Amino acid sequence: MISGIYYTSYEQDMALRKTPAQRIRLAILILLLLSFPFFASRYYLTLANQIGIAVIGAIGLNILVGYTGQISLGQGAFMAVGAYTAGILTAHYGVPWWASIPVAALFTALVGTFFGLPSLRLKGLYLAIATLAAQVIILWIVTHWKAVTGGVEALVVPTPKLFGVKMNTDFNFYWVIWGTAVLITIMTVNLFRTHYGRAFVAIRDQDIAASVMGIDLFRYKLLAFAISSFVVGLAGALLAHYRTIVNWERFTMDVSVTYLAMIIIGGLGSVTGSYLGAAFMTLLPALITNLGRAMKASFPAIEGLIPFIQLAIFGLVIIIFLIFESEGLNKIWKDIKDYFRLWPFSY
Amino acid sequence: MELFLQLTLTGLTNGAILALAALGFVLIYKASDVINFAQGEFLLIGAYLIYAMVVQFGLHWTLGMVITLLIAILLGVLIERLILRPMIGEPLISVIMVTIGLSSLLRAVVSTIWGNLPQAFPSFIPTQAVQILGAKVGADRLWAIGIAMLMLLVFNLFFSKSKEGIAMRAVADDQTAALSMGISVSHIFAWAWALAAVSAAIAGALVANIVGVGPELSNFGLRVFPVVILGGLDSIPGAIIGGIIIGLLEAYTGGYIGQGLNQVLPFIILILILMIRPYGLFGKEIIERV
Repeated sequence: MISGIYYTSYEQDMALRKTPAQRIRLAILILLLLSFPFFASRYYLTLANQIGIAVIGAIGLNILVGYTGQISLGQGAFMAVGAYTAGILTAHYGVPWWASIPVAALFTALVGTFFGLPSLRLKGLYLAIATLAAQVIILWIVTHWKAVTGGVEALVVPTPKLFGVKMNTDFNFYWVIWGTAVLITIMTVNLFRTHYGRAFVAIRDQDIAASVMGIDLFRYKLLAFAISSFVVGLAGALLAHYRTIVNWERFTMDVSVTYLAMIIIGGLGSVTGSYLGAAFMTLLPALITNLGRAMKASFPAIEGLIPFIQLAIFGLVIIIFLIFESEGLNKIWKDIKDYFRLWPFSY
Repeated sequence: MELFLQLTLTGLTNGAILALAALGFVLIYKASDVINFAQGEFLLIGAYLIYAMVVQFGLHWTLGMVITLLIAILLGVLIERLILRPMIGEPLISVIMVTIGLSSLLRAVVSTIWGNLPQAFPSFIPTQAVQILGAKVGADRLWAIGIAMLMLLVFNLFFSKSKEGIAMRAVADDQTAALSMGISVSHIFAWAWALAAVSAAIAGALVANIVGVGPELSNFGLRVFPVVILGGLDSIPGAIIGGIIIGLLEAYTGGYIGQGLNQVLPFIILILILMIRPYGLFGKEIIERV
């Protein structure tokens, strides 16, 4: 009879996959990821790519918000920095698209670190408001620095090609997006086994206590901002080459809010949660749109209302999750697993 | 000189409206330590309600205003009871996100009922131009300044003279001590939300009279942040003075420099204030202990 998972050695405790069931689930997931593009239709492939980019962005935000406890409302702007840097490098300076992505991520890390500077003095609410200001300021620069970004007009990025093959088809870019997502996942999971990751978590739990324990708050907070915005910039850069068009409207405050909603609904401080939240928040609007179109025959008025219904359900889902399950989908997933593991004595 | 006066008057009006919007924000923060990201939507709802009363139902504006305020009170109390009360004791990010979720929900409801297009608003306050020292200004703008000042005075009296106002200040100061003195903290929270909704609804009606109603009125929710940070998150005089300073700065940069700089300048000031004096001009400095 199993009553829980217990470890008898340090190696077991440190292992990434602790039980055979976890390994089997991972294998199934990888198989699914590898085979998905071969049988999925184009619509689902597009959705999968959107989810992939959202997963990268959500993991990036979760490193900062969920693991380090620094609330950021500037996600959209940092993605914009990544997307515009990648787009401008390729469109105006002829940098190959695959080279522009890491450069854009590094530059976003730099910008993120700069806007993380207030975290030296501010925390909690005040930091959240400072990142809100960062969002407004960065987006203002993007829309007003016409010579470089093209202002409010969309920036057109040349079609990415690899060995003469067009890469911005859903099928080809799937591998780029999900390859990056898997790399970022491995990096993040391992990050929180190192002393850096542990310092981040200590800062989240009680920053003053952490600094008493010898953690250099300023250094680690900035590092968290840098790593987080690197990953977020990566998501932005991928978005730029996938869409081959960069438009400031894709990076507004609403985007910041959507990503925060992803990690809250998924689960703060959890990579699995980032996946679940990203998938949930990408699929939900698509589902509502499809339902709305399906109901168009009986309620013709519904089509014009779809955006409002999406917005209302978006708000409602956030509120409901926060009130009834503030630890998110990840907790629900854990509860389900526990239920079956401990069955029939799951209390 | 004429331009300067013109800009000053515009700035004062916008500042007065910003101050009213910020007032509700400060009230909620003062009483319950909640940052209300839905303040702009409260303003939006206030504006659309008065629009519905006056234009769609054809009521006289005084009656319309009374009904609007009653609905605003009801809405504030309901939101506090249903959404904010379960959040007591939850981490900061949950509280922030719940009000963000609320703002999406309210915006969606408003757009579903009234559509997404800006509507002209038959002004219920006289709008003819008035000459002041050579500068022309709409009478409605002067009214807005007057009404805003009156509201702020009323709120100030409320806090210094009335029993509920004093109880609210007690709760803001120390919830446990207030509870032990027989003050119902949950009633006070409801009061704070109701008053916040009322001040936002009045601000909304004033804005609606000047520029008309439209979904972009909810932008005020973001624009109050520089105001409250400058004035101090928990200070009512701070909200007023912060509102006026930000309003004037926006008007001057808009008038003299242009280039849309007036949209971003308040946020640059916000960051500077946060770096130098995070608790603002009049806010209370918080010392944190482990």
